[in-house]
Amino acid sequence: MSPDTGARTETAERVLEAARTAVGGSADVDVTVEHEHLALTRFANSYIHQNVASDTDTITLRIHADGRTAVNATTVTDDAGLAALVERTVAAVRLSPADPGWAGLSSRAPMPVPSAEPDLATGGAGPEARAEQVKAYVDAVGDLTAAGFYRNRLVVTAYANSEGQALHGTVVEAAIDGIAKTASSDGASRQASRRMSDLNGAALGARAAAKALASQDPVEIEPGEYEVVLEPTAVSDVLWVLGGYGFNGKSLTEGTSFVRLGEQQFDPSVSLVDDPLSGPAAGALFDAEGTPRDRLELVRDGVTRAVAHDRRSAREAGVTSTGHAGADSAVEGAEPINVRLEPAVDVTPTEVEGPAADSSVQALVAQVRRGLLVTDHWYTRCLDPRRLVMTGLTRNGVWLIENGEITRPVKNLRFTQSYPEALAPGRVLGIGTHAPAFASKYGAYSAMAPALRLAGWNFTGGASG
Amino acid sequence: MSSYLDAADQAVEHALALGARYADARVMDRRTESMSARNGAVEALDQGETVGIGVRALVGSSWGFFATPHLDASSVRAAGRQAVEIARASSRVPGPASMIPADPEVGSWASGCEVDPLEVPLSDKGDLLTSATAVMRDQGADIATGVYQIWDTRKWFVSSEGHRIDQHIRECGGGISATAVGDRETQVRSYPSRRGQYGTRGWELVTELDLAAHAARIAEEAQALLRAPQCPSGQTTLILGGEQLALQIHESVGHAIELDRILGWEAAYAGTSWLDLDQLGSLRYGSELMNIVIDATYPGALGSFGYDDEGTKAGKRDAVRNGIWTGVLAGRESAAVAGLDYGGSVRSMDWSRLPIVRMTNVGLEPGPHTLDEIIAATDDGVFMDLNRSWSIDDKRLNFQFGCEVGYEVKNGKLGRMVKNPTYTGIGPTFWQSMDMLSNEIVPWGTPNCGKGQPGQVGHTGHPAAPARFQNVRVGVRG
Repeated sequence: MSPDTGARTETAERVLEAARTAVGGSADVDVTVEHEHLALTRFANSYIHQNVASDTDTITLRIHADGRTAVNATTVTDDAGLAALVERTVAAVRLSPADPGWAGLSSRAPMPVPSAEPDLATGGAGPEARAEQVKAYVDAVGDLTAAGFYRNRLVVTAYANSEGQALHGTVVEAAIDGIAKTASSDGASRQASRRMSDLNGAALGARAAAKALASQDPVEIEPGEYEVVLEPTAVSDVLWVLGGYGFNGKSLTEGTSFVRLGEQQFDPSVSLVDDPLSGPAAGALFDAEGTPRDRLELVRDGVTRAVAHDRRSAREAGVTSTGHAGADSAVEGAEPINVRLEPAVDVTPTEVEGPAADSSVQALVAQVRRGLLVTDHWYTRCLDPRRLVMTGLTRNGVWLIENGEITRPVKNLRFTQSYPEALAPGRVLGIGTHAPAFASKYGAYSAMAPALRLAGWNFTGGASG
Repeated sequence: MSSYLDAADQAVEHALALGARYADARVMDRRTESMSARNGAVEALDQGETVGIGVRALVGSSWGFFATPHLDASSVRAAGRQAVEIARASSRVPGPASMIPADPEVGSWASGCEVDPLEVPLSDKGDLLTSATAVMRDQGADIATGVYQIWDTRKWFVSSEGHRIDQHIRECGGGISATAVGDRETQVRSYPSRRGQYGTRGWELVTELDLAAHAARIAEEAQALLRAPQCPSGQTTLILGGEQLALQIHESVGHAIELDRILGWEAAYAGTSWLDLDQLGSLRYGSELMNIVIDATYPGALGSFGYDDEGTKAGKRDAVRNGIWTGVLAGRESAAVAGLDYGGSVRSMDWSRLPIVRMTNVGLEPGPHTLDEIIAATDDGVFMDLNRSWSIDDKRLNFQFGCEVGYEVKNGKLGRMVKNPTYTGIGPTFWQSMDMLSNEIVPWGTPNCGKGQPGQVGHTGHPAAPARFQNVRVGVRG
């Protein structure tokens, strides 16, 4: 699979020039050309039931002229299609209402240097290679029922604007995400990486099966506040929620974020970074506005340091963009997309017997006198962003921990919990020693999440209501 | 446009030539436009055009799907070939695959549209949002937002069984919201709902909403919510407004009756269902007042179409009749696996995505009362309106919803406004407690239903009216 960045860069420059000519004057113009190859092999009831691939080319043209802005996109990339794109966008910008929030275009600036080049073989892996990973997962699940997906994705992006900024880059991702099922239980495992060779369908299938077997015939327990060990899979939800609602520059400016810059809002053990440069879940090195994106320290030793901005929210806040513009950031605000909670130390874990995901999780479990081990969060929704109170449910395996031992499976619980308050000073009792990478189910986001031992988590309902 | 049907034909024929025993292809051409305003100014205007073809091939008992935006002869044949190659790879981990028989439909369909929303001047549409958000700001909203969205979709479908269908579906809608920011909380009031109201109609839908007329009221109510007492906690009688009930139907009925979930095809992501096909026709889902209909022919509702994305003609079918579960949302493939004889509820987000089982319009038939009558008949309870948050488990049983606003109900009258109203329960227990239902049906549109992997956003409709439920737990807080 060739990323063909040269052709895409040429297309970006050609559309940029055509738009500048058409709109005239000193208009701000930028163009993004994106090619996405997305392939996903999905399995359920232990067989492949959906198997898809697509190649999509999208050209996005943005023009700001005479105080007005219009954005137009097309997948029609022949000469006529591109000419029509320019014509439509020029017409729209002349008729659209005023845009007083326009923050100008990004200036010429280089991208940071990534830790590794993209693995094009991973991005272009064919259906046979995906089927092999799925087969390994299904075989490892054995007599249980397997469901999930294997996905590989390659995105080539070229950006050019009328300020002379011109960038291109390639992002590659592969991910396995699955469950094993018995009649009364589920167990989950998932992993993402920039390299297909890092993923081990057989090991992940075996882990899901072990969890499912260990969570059969769960008992119902009374809701209430419990000490918890959240496995990395559950912690990834916490990180995405903190990022989307809290470390969002627009939300901070508008007063709907919990963030207070410079304050000790988290336990001193908590350090949080958005890092597109390194690790198995690295991301794009520039954003939708052509701003380079570097490592951004959100929290250091529990003190909130920064939030993500695009140019629009940065202008309003009186700061500079952090390179987090996205397709919807003008409305929804910019947010971190490659979040990593720093592990206590980074040690490669080993597989363990029983339901804990690995030895890193097991070590935290051993410290708990009475609490719950939670594999996954599900359907988490915000009740109020100011305290970031979320409701959601546990999923794919919950167990009671007594005197450092996992003693019995329990039924899923509903929680209603402020996420930042759960991580407040004194509330984080331990952080795992390994931060595996996960790909978001909802978009091109990643998280690197170690397990967390927390002093309390507010469970507000049981399986029966 | 016959050239698009020809392109689909070529893809299908090439897939058959390479060994597919069934193939279909969909060309879609969608134009979109959305505008967002905040505090009296436009903050985003996005327009788009997406055109491409998606080809589905069945080889042996395994499926493959490939999509491309390129519609020249070489590209569409290549898409047919790649769909076949993917299907062959699927056979490495094989399973059952078949389809119920279908008549080879040939036809055209278009949704109703009085005023083409893409032809309304941008300046007029912008003025609508900027003026409404300016009014909200002037009336005390800390954040005043407004949005409209337009989708204009043409699609052409061809199958190896002889289907040849073209459709033109125009959808639009919008809404406004006012947010009040307090010391440790935010409060929101919206009109007509947080998501807005959407349908398969023209701009007349937005005009009828008369957004500006409601701007001042919702801004004042958002501020009032900051000062309001908390919703009481406990078990009580709950009256829900129609928009909240629409989402309750969507989450705890619509998704639960999706046959792909029931069969386990969504087990790892969207989840399964608490429903067991052995109980179809006998399970009590709700009270006698509960009559839920699956109706893709509902005029103007957001889930309406002429044919689904497998070429099945739109129809109407009971899902729950007098409280008994009687029907599912199905496609030709899932129906075959389940031993049922109907599909008709398979759609895809666009040309790049595989068609999957989707809600059409899933809604309540009207009851005998009005909201005023329901309130008048209630001695003690809470009335909640307009959805703010939603969460439900992977079997679609255990739910918790939050609404924007609540009011105490005392001795047949609305009392104090209360904030942070939430309620929680278990689906069938909740629906069996419904003892009063209004006749004031509105076909609410949900434009943001997520499902599938890769992710797809679906448009669904939910006719709903205010209703009353007994012994519901309210006021859950964190």
